[in-house]
Amino acid sequence: MVLTKEAQTQETNPDAGETSAQRVERVSAAAYRIRHHALNMGEVQGQGYVGQALGAADMLATVYGDQLRFRAEDPHWESRDRFLLSTGHYAIGHYAALAEAGIIPVQELETYGSDDSRLPMSGMSTYTPGMEISGGSLGHGLTIAVGMALGLRYQGSKARVFNFLSDGELDEGSTWEAAMGAHHHQLGNLTAMVDINALQADGKTDTVLRTEPVTEKWESFGWYTQRVDGNDVGALLAAFGKATSQAAAVGRPSVILCDTKVGRGVPLLENREKAHFMRIEENEWQICREQLTAGYQGKASA
Amino acid sequence: MSSTTEAPDTTAAAATAAKPKLKTSAMIASFADPGQKTSNAPFGHALVKAAQENDKIVGLTADLGKYTDMDIFAKAFPERFFQMGMAEQLLFGAAAGLAESGLIPFASTYSVFAARRAYDFLCLDAAEPNLNVNIVGGLPGLTTGYGPSHQATEDMAIFRGMPNLTIVDPCDSVDIEQAVPQLAASDGPTYLRLLRGNVPTVLDEYDYTFELGKAKVLRGGNDVVFISSGLMTMRALQAAKALAAHNVDVAVVHTPTIKPFDAETVLKEINTDRLSVTLENHSVVGGLFETVASAVVTAGVGKRVVPIALPDQFLDAGALPTLHDRYGLAVDRIVAKVLAELG
Repeated sequence: MVLTKEAQTQETNPDAGETSAQRVERVSAAAYRIRHHALNMGEVQGQGYVGQALGAADMLATVYGDQLRFRAEDPHWESRDRFLLSTGHYAIGHYAALAEAGIIPVQELETYGSDDSRLPMSGMSTYTPGMEISGGSLGHGLTIAVGMALGLRYQGSKARVFNFLSDGELDEGSTWEAAMGAHHHQLGNLTAMVDINALQADGKTDTVLRTEPVTEKWESFGWYTQRVDGNDVGALLAAFGKATSQAAAVGRPSVILCDTKVGRGVPLLENREKAHFMRIEENEWQICREQLTAGYQGKASA
Repeated sequence: MSSTTEAPDTTAAAATAAKPKLKTSAMIASFADPGQKTSNAPFGHALVKAAQENDKIVGLTADLGKYTDMDIFAKAFPERFFQMGMAEQLLFGAAAGLAESGLIPFASTYSVFAARRAYDFLCLDAAEPNLNVNIVGGLPGLTTGYGPSHQATEDMAIFRGMPNLTIVDPCDSVDIEQAVPQLAASDGPTYLRLLRGNVPTVLDEYDYTFELGKAKVLRGGNDVVFISSGLMTMRALQAAKALAAHNVDVAVVHTPTIKPFDAETVLKEINTDRLSVTLENHSVVGGLFETVASAVVTAGVGKRVVPIALPDQFLDAGALPTLHDRYGLAVDRIVAKVLAELG
């Protein structure tokens, strides 16, 4: 299935006829464009959660470019898979993914964070097509995902629910209430994806509130647990493939723990002191884009 | 659960000659008077009836199905009932998710846990997207003797600030039976101050039907006008009868919907020469009194309004009759207060 930027529809996984190398290449290209969009949005604002968007771009590209079933022209299509952004401040990355998926126009991205824009700094369902929930108050997404998965299953829907959360949200008790609830109700149609960038508002996760051992925690909560390099598209595709193959209406919920690097793809930012809200100087945006493109092209030609 | 498994309320013990101290009864004591007509579990039965007519209705609870009459629904529709465990954040987040999927959830717990513990989830997951999530809160106001951990004396004060939320404070089984289908049919989130177990049946004696968003004049009177909600409407009606013996003629206006508030009906009744009194099973802060007061001031009506409400403090533990008397919700205390006001 060839994905075009206009009115694309992805009602089945689009990997038919591809070699796995082609598939990785296709998703990597999507991740590159998502990163590029995020840098452009950040530049318009002069700030933003660019570091997180760059870090999570491969996860978002894998989901939107390969996993989700959706109709770009009909964001409320009843049979769509649901992608819930619990970390509202990752909206910059999510908008880029929505644009990549053709759900919102690429040109609209420049309105990010501006007055009267459909793309506020923190993601809200009431503003943006394709945004299923209003995230931002952290630790909410997985609780809503549990209800959504229950409701879809009860109504006989085959749709799956993907909840994107961050390792910081593992601090929240509600995340673990939901983890228990999903296992208790055997929500095999639910997949959580955790961006483990090891960074929170006040510093490194292990200095703020130690969440490790994360893998063992999810396993002990009864989830089908995988931990992968969240910036390795091949590894992500393999993990999502395994999650998909064991997905069922009634079964274990599944979690993909993704270790990512804040600022990934832009060495200038990868090596900068890590900050929740990364400051980027006016003259640096172009450097960032050039580094991103050079890195992507270097890898693609390697 | 049948309320017969609960310890009986201890009102009758007060009549014994030795005047033993009353005991705190089971968690949920009935506030029905001895011999009063009651209806068992009106919420549970009303939800079952509504669900028979609307297959989108589902129920969930946070380990309090037996204590919120949700168990009646769970028994009738096991496949439409979801037990979320003692996890109120999950309860209401999941309720929002169920609503997002097109269903109409009724989610029950105690009012204290809904209002104090899960506010953020209700506010952002249900109210902001204006989803049809129906919160069912047990033990509103002073309806248990267990003390501040269970007495939701400020639930309306907490919830009134939440945009989009409809708040209903029913008087009796009639109100509850009629409110449930209307809550299901109304868009957006609602909060029902649940009365459960053996709930008095009072309003059937009046020319009354529950209409969401409407206040109703239950009886007219020339000297005093009571504006009341919740179980205090029952007390208001009883006090009105008692005051008649003192040649005081009392009107009673029942305002079961606290938000959006039917200011038009209430102001018409207040803007007279009669003494105006609000009666609520809630803190004097942030509930019916302040709702009425703000309507009065906003309209520029120069009228004094006397509040009968719970004090702005953490209340004692004890037997409900003792506590209702102590904090001024008992009929005798209402009568005394009105007579004192009239001089």
